[in-house]
Amino acid sequence: MEKSMKKYFGLFALPTLLAFGLAFVIPFLLGIYLSLTEFTTVTDAKWVGLSNYVKAFSNQEFLNALGFTVAFTVVSVITINVFAFIIAMLLTRGKKGTNLFRTVFFMPNLIGGIVLGYIWQLILNGILINFDVTLTFSAEYGFWGLIILMNWQLIGYMMIIYIAGIQNVPKDVVEAAKIDGASRFQVLRNVTIPLVMPSITICLFLTLSNSFKLFDQNLALTAGAPSKETAMMALDIYNTFYSKTGMEGVGQAKAVVFFVLVALIALIQLVLTRRKEVEN
Amino acid sequence: METQTSKFKDNIIFIILIILAVAFLAPILVVIMNSFKGKFYISDTPFLFPNNTTFVGLENYISGLDKTGFINAFGMSLFITVGSVAVIVLFTSMTAWYITRVKSKFTNSLYYVFTFSMIVPFQMVMFTLTKVANVTHLDNPLGIILIYLGFGSGLSVFLFSGFVKSIPLEVEEAVMMDGGSPVQTFFRVVLPILKPTAITVSILNVMWVWNDYLLPYLIIGTEYKTIPIAIQYLKGGYGSIDMGAMMAMLVLAIIPIIIFYLSCQKYIIEGVVAGAVKG
Repeated sequence: MEKSMKKYFGLFALPTLLAFGLAFVIPFLLGIYLSLTEFTTVTDAKWVGLSNYVKAFSNQEFLNALGFTVAFTVVSVITINVFAFIIAMLLTRGKKGTNLFRTVFFMPNLIGGIVLGYIWQLILNGILINFDVTLTFSAEYGFWGLIILMNWQLIGYMMIIYIAGIQNVPKDVVEAAKIDGASRFQVLRNVTIPLVMPSITICLFLTLSNSFKLFDQNLALTAGAPSKETAMMALDIYNTFYSKTGMEGVGQAKAVVFFVLVALIALIQLVLTRRKEVEN
Repeated sequence: METQTSKFKDNIIFIILIILAVAFLAPILVVIMNSFKGKFYISDTPFLFPNNTTFVGLENYISGLDKTGFINAFGMSLFITVGSVAVIVLFTSMTAWYITRVKSKFTNSLYYVFTFSMIVPFQMVMFTLTKVANVTHLDNPLGIILIYLGFGSGLSVFLFSGFVKSIPLEVEEAVMMDGGSPVQTFFRVVLPILKPTAITVSILNVMWVWNDYLLPYLIIGTEYKTIPIAIQYLKGGYGSIDMGAMMAMLVLAIIPIIIFYLSCQKYIIEGVVAGAVKG
């Protein structure tokens, strides 16, 4: 079977591979190379070694964006997962209208980032106007605005994954723990959470990488204002490329750093939480 | 006694959930409400219902459609999304089948490169991909479909491969023994078996491509606008934004998504769970 299939490489594998090469492999490798050069149009690239990286790390805006992104990611990962887990527990316990609630909570997730950003800009500015300020008055408002937006968007998604996990916890194990005299909190801590660990792994991974890579919502909600203080890393990289010329090499170096950080977070997080999973 | 307390608890949970559901729906309702108000009343009193002075009927919708070219943007979004998702499902399922069934160092490393590409953020290839698209003349609505196939193939190949591994080889072998070519085997036997994964892959990609802003903006955005780009232009192009037009366009942008969601809700939720569990 393998032999007869091999001849069909051109039909089965080649189209995807060509597109993958053009849209991913070439841009990725070219990106690494260009991060080590100074260029404006790719063809005029001059080798400059690591100097773009040095410039990136001595760039205050980049460091601000890094700090803002890390703080945002920590807060949003915690809040989204705690709320999603609580709602999932309520929905797997309550009986009335479960499906309707799932439908409602999940819906914001399908709305695109740009649209979400403008919806929340209206709402948050509408509240802040009572205090004579706007979202872009201080970086703190933008920060918490983004947190609220992300919670609204992702709680439903994570909730769905937690519900699937909670429903897989065998009822008799929970019953047995209760008969042994475990309190509700002990059951949660020692039975439910360990058995739901695979869902927790996935949800942490998804919230972490989504928060860290946030772009559209950031652009629409504050676009970095005031004075780039609320720009996250993805937006800072975009601005470096497209709002000043001569900085392309530095922008590409920032992008490589960004990629390495995302990859590291993904790896560390998966290794750490997989270790805590219980086989069931 | 026991049943009474649990009934009481059920009711409390139900009330909490109702309050949460209202809070979740409120932002969308506020936008709909404001889309019928005069543009100068929106920023000041966004939480009031339109009244005799503030109600403007469909004025915002008419001026919004005019300013953004929303109908063209809708067509463009639809074309790119349907085209990309069709191409992604067709080609990545074939590729996943091939690299799973034909065992070699090459196909094995291909699998790892596809998986690796899933964690690479768009910013890493943002600038260079735009250049590659220019040089290869893929910077048009047809070309971008190919780019979506390429950049989106990682997740889709990964999901399809996971499923192909769980299909017993015997079925495919039997068909080929009977003289079926790989093409017949794939389309008559494998693809129908892959249907649940194909639905998952379609849903995840529809959600991505339909809402994607940066990739189409950088590659074709100045000539052809998708919905997210049209909305962002409303902000960018006019100095102070026309809030009325903005609200109306937000409503028009949300409606197709809600229709899509309500009509294939079951598949969407299952697809998201399946995609998450395997991813």
